[in-house]
Amino acid sequence: MDFFSILYYRFKKVWKAIRLYLVIAGPGLVVMIADNDAGGITTYAATGAQYGYHLIWFLLFLIPVAYYVQEMTVRLGAVTKRGHAEAIFESFGAFWGWFSLIDLMIVDWLTLVTEFVGMTAALSIFGVPAWLTVILVVVLMGIIVLNGRYWTWEKIALGFCLLNLIYIPAAFMVNPSISSIVGQGLIPNLPGGFNNELFFLLMANIGTTIAPWMLFFQQSSVVDKGLLEKDIKMGKLDTFIGSIITVAVAIFIVIVTGTLLHGAPIDDAATAARMLMKTNHYIGAFMAVGLFDAGLLGAICISLASSWAFGEIFGWAHSLNTKVKEAPWFYISFFITLATAGVVPLIPGAPLVLITLFVQVVAVTLLPAALVFLILLLNDKKTMGEYANTRLQNIVSTIIVVLIIILSTLYGISALFPNLFK
Amino acid sequence: MRMLKQFISKIREINQRYGKPKIEMSKGVKFSLAVLRIYLFVLVLLMIYKFITVL
Repeated sequence: MDFFSILYYRFKKVWKAIRLYLVIAGPGLVVMIADNDAGGITTYAATGAQYGYHLIWFLLFLIPVAYYVQEMTVRLGAVTKRGHAEAIFESFGAFWGWFSLIDLMIVDWLTLVTEFVGMTAALSIFGVPAWLTVILVVVLMGIIVLNGRYWTWEKIALGFCLLNLIYIPAAFMVNPSISSIVGQGLIPNLPGGFNNELFFLLMANIGTTIAPWMLFFQQSSVVDKGLLEKDIKMGKLDTFIGSIITVAVAIFIVIVTGTLLHGAPIDDAATAARMLMKTNHYIGAFMAVGLFDAGLLGAICISLASSWAFGEIFGWAHSLNTKVKEAPWFYISFFITLATAGVVPLIPGAPLVLITLFVQVVAVTLLPAALVFLILLLNDKKTMGEYANTRLQNIVSTIIVVLIIILSTLYGISALFPNLFK
Repeated sequence: MRMLKQFISKIREINQRYGKPKIEMSKGVKFSLAVLRIYLFVLVLLMIYKFITVL
């Protein structure tokens, strides 16, 4: 074969792999980018405002953390063809099953409230009243979900994921100093030494990277999409690319607030957007649009995670490939969760701060259990066969899970007893 | 009332269906579940303590 034939052959091979990836891509990208939800945007904005570029190196560590945890759900979903809730019920019995399902329902609902808080705050910057935002979101999500095809839903969700990249041009617009980013951000350091404030922020960053709904969402999503064992390789690649994008977006947010708002007190991302608008209207607007999009993506995934889990356990039809008539309870539970959570920010004097704190505490009860179940299920050789965890995978995932459990527990306890670590 | 009865019977059916854990209860699994129980018990105690002290 001559040089051009070899080149053509290789190009065809690579193009085939890319086409295969584009067919399988979705669950990993969506779950990872939706991980940068309204709460996540606030955490990253606060990280940049408080510590400038100094904690960028720490964010890079979150790539393997997110990847190793989430790729296990790809294997589990593709091999067992069951969602995480069903897998827990079947493998560990009704006690642990109900515990996980009820806990998931509470955590998801509370998190959904925080997404609506983020979305209403973001659009209020453009003068949109909160009630209109809630109605718009519920209608929009209805249109997305009720089309009766998983494929369409996924592509629309990927469109919103693309909008999440709005922070990248925003970061270029603030003209950051590359040498400062490299010098301060990429060399591991603890600005101001290790103190409670820094510890709290590091824990918050980890807490936003792995959330309980993500495990349930991705596994159910893999099942609904119909991924098989042969698709695992591409599913893992999808998750890996997603984990890189999610951390990249987080870093760009840190660069924006670290450049323009360094030292400013930031309690939430909407405040950051308002402050940025005073400096540069477009960057502030980008921040607000990104916050709305993040809340929307989070809401899309979280409400589906609950509905899928209910469907799996109660035996209802629970696929986005079904019409409303075929799976009424799946869609009813989806809209009840969505609408009830959307109403909360509209209630005057609703305890939104308390809800935000409560999310962290309740998540701490579910996350360790869900992660432990995940590792145990991935070690069930009878079910998983050749896709069971290898020794190396077990070592890596166990270290990551133990660290997440310790840090998220401390985070939850610090939310319960704020003076404990001062 | 009929719906409530249906719901309760559905819960019973689920409990029966998933009555016995299917995973092989090796020492590692038993140990992990025991640690998880203790962890959650302590966490619930902390939450109850917080609730009482706030009230």
